[in-house]
Amino acid sequence: MKIVVLLKMVPDVVEELEVAADGKSLDAEFLRMILSERDSHALEEGLLLKERHGGTLMVVAPEAPEVDDALYTALAKGADRAVKIPLSTPHSSRASAAQLGKGLPAVPDLLPADLILTGCQAIDDLDGMTAPLLAHDWKLPYLGLVTSISVNADGKTACVTKEYSGGTHGEFEVPLPAVLGVQAAEQPPRYVPVSKVRAAMKTGMIETVELQESGAVPSVEILAMAKPEDAEHAEMLEGSPEQLADKISEILTAHGVV
Amino acid sequence: MGIARLDPELTCEITLENLFERREGQRVLTCLQCGTCAATCPYGEQMDYPARRIISMMRAGLLDEVYASDSLLACVACYACKAKCPRKIDLTGVLLPLIKEQVLLRRRDLPAELQKALETTLRYGNPMGETSRKREAWIKDAGVPVRTFHSDPRPADVLWFVECYDSYYPRGQKIAQATARVFHALGIDFAILGNEEKCAGECGRLSWETGLSNTLMEYNMAILGKYQFNRIVTSGPHAYDAFKYRYPVIGFRYPLEHTLTLLAQHLDRLKPLLIKKLDYTVTYHDSCCLSRHNSFYEEPRALLNAIPGVRLVEMTHNRINTLCCGGGGGGMWLDTYYKAKGYERLSERRIKEALATGANVLAIACDYEFSRFEDALKVVGGDKQMVVRDITELLDESMER
Repeated sequence: MKIVVLLKMVPDVVEELEVAADGKSLDAEFLRMILSERDSHALEEGLLLKERHGGTLMVVAPEAPEVDDALYTALAKGADRAVKIPLSTPHSSRASAAQLGKGLPAVPDLLPADLILTGCQAIDDLDGMTAPLLAHDWKLPYLGLVTSISVNADGKTACVTKEYSGGTHGEFEVPLPAVLGVQAAEQPPRYVPVSKVRAAMKTGMIETVELQESGAVPSVEILAMAKPEDAEHAEMLEGSPEQLADKISEILTAHGVV
Repeated sequence: MGIARLDPELTCEITLENLFERREGQRVLTCLQCGTCAATCPYGEQMDYPARRIISMMRAGLLDEVYASDSLLACVACYACKAKCPRKIDLTGVLLPLIKEQVLLRRRDLPAELQKALETTLRYGNPMGETSRKREAWIKDAGVPVRTFHSDPRPADVLWFVECYDSYYPRGQKIAQATARVFHALGIDFAILGNEEKCAGECGRLSWETGLSNTLMEYNMAILGKYQFNRIVTSGPHAYDAFKYRYPVIGFRYPLEHTLTLLAQHLDRLKPLLIKKLDYTVTYHDSCCLSRHNSFYEEPRALLNAIPGVRLVEMTHNRINTLCCGGGGGGMWLDTYYKAKGYERLSERRIKEALATGANVLAIACDYEFSRFEDALKVVGGDKQMVVRDITELLDESMER
């Protein structure tokens, strides 16, 4: 089977993010980019499916700082091909989804694929629009918040588990090809020894493919960006065990819990 | 600053393939199968394949069985087997890391803690996963000026390689600050790499990851190459090992000291500064790397004996017989795994021995140990009797005006 996993880089929150002087973007001075965590789960799920069913796995990512490291790591983990796409609006999920949706079908030997996987959301795309927008453009079925994928013996359908709030989940049979937004792979993303990544780097196997101009792309304009303000804090209770028990009882009663 | 290139014999990496063509590898062939290595190993009882059996399996061509077992996850790289081997086979430094690397290349999963530590060390240069921008944050509360090369690149006598745990852990930062004050009091001309520094890479290799170790070494060599200094001084015995044994393999060697060996050289000038009497009964934990691996047994004790009021008492296992704290070889990031396996934490085994001396201070010399032993004290209920202090902290306390 043929699997395409779309990856993207997001700001690394370990580096303290600062708002730039324009008040509507991140300060680039100390900004580092890291592979979106959900996308690393999409890649893991893709690798598991490739191991089970054979076939090829291709990773595609918009050009971004440090994206080469992420792509070489994907190759070291078992991806067969890595494609990097320079985009005119690399840090806007909605615009890049529109560009990828229009442009990716023209990339040689990439689409159609049996499964197109990506993270169900990203820290800069919390409403998780990338996968549904691509499915819409390509007229394919879409499911998000996916936690397991099992391809049926006929190779034409897959049984997909999707998570809902409150600890419930649903199982769907999905005709292939399909676009799936992965929430979590069946196992944590695997470790790949650095020596394997370094070996992948020596092969220099990343292709760069320029997309054809797709005209105006819909985008969301950022008007302002600000750090979250401190809201309510936790209240520390003090006193003897008996006094504490009384206080807890009062609080629970006041909030109608008991 | 001289960067010495070594002769080609030393700069060639030993691999499992060329092992038996090399001096260290040929020693493996002389193994007597006496089992001293397995008996002296702190986790020998837990291993399906302790060092003796690994050599036996190697000879029988059955290493795949060793690779498939998780025996070597219990190797804390404490150098006990190497130190006791009657044939002087370098098990800890050469053979076991080569086998560990093959285990890593074949394993589908690593214990989550270890995986995270390796990934964050690659990305951020420290196993805590902290931004490199905070690496020198401890400086501002040191109480004395601490020069970073990136802000003031003038040559210095000493490049002090602070390492991760003393840079980031609040408890470790106190040790870094004490060390800075002691250096300052002695008039040592030093500077640090600060935010440019990354993990020296020793634990990468001993905890399986040659590729990670090489990446970190290449990075640090490039940074070190920018500045002029006469010697590297490090507070980390693991970093000491990296600079002593690993960096020469990639072609670089600097004159090298551990913080305590440097201070011991200044003992005559140090003694008059140690004025405050410390009424402590102290027992000293020999760190595996500094003591057993590099034989610095007396320097730390000489420093402790120079402090007025200090009474030094020895634990049953001292010097070459020291008991590992359990942090080496990746053990720092395998506590949860060991607990799940039902292994005793080695730091708890050691702290019970320390408490049995009746001492009220456990003196340490390794940047892995404060967190391991302070945790162990709380677990065994000894934190009312004993505190853990780095030797530089005790020196600093005795200097207080």
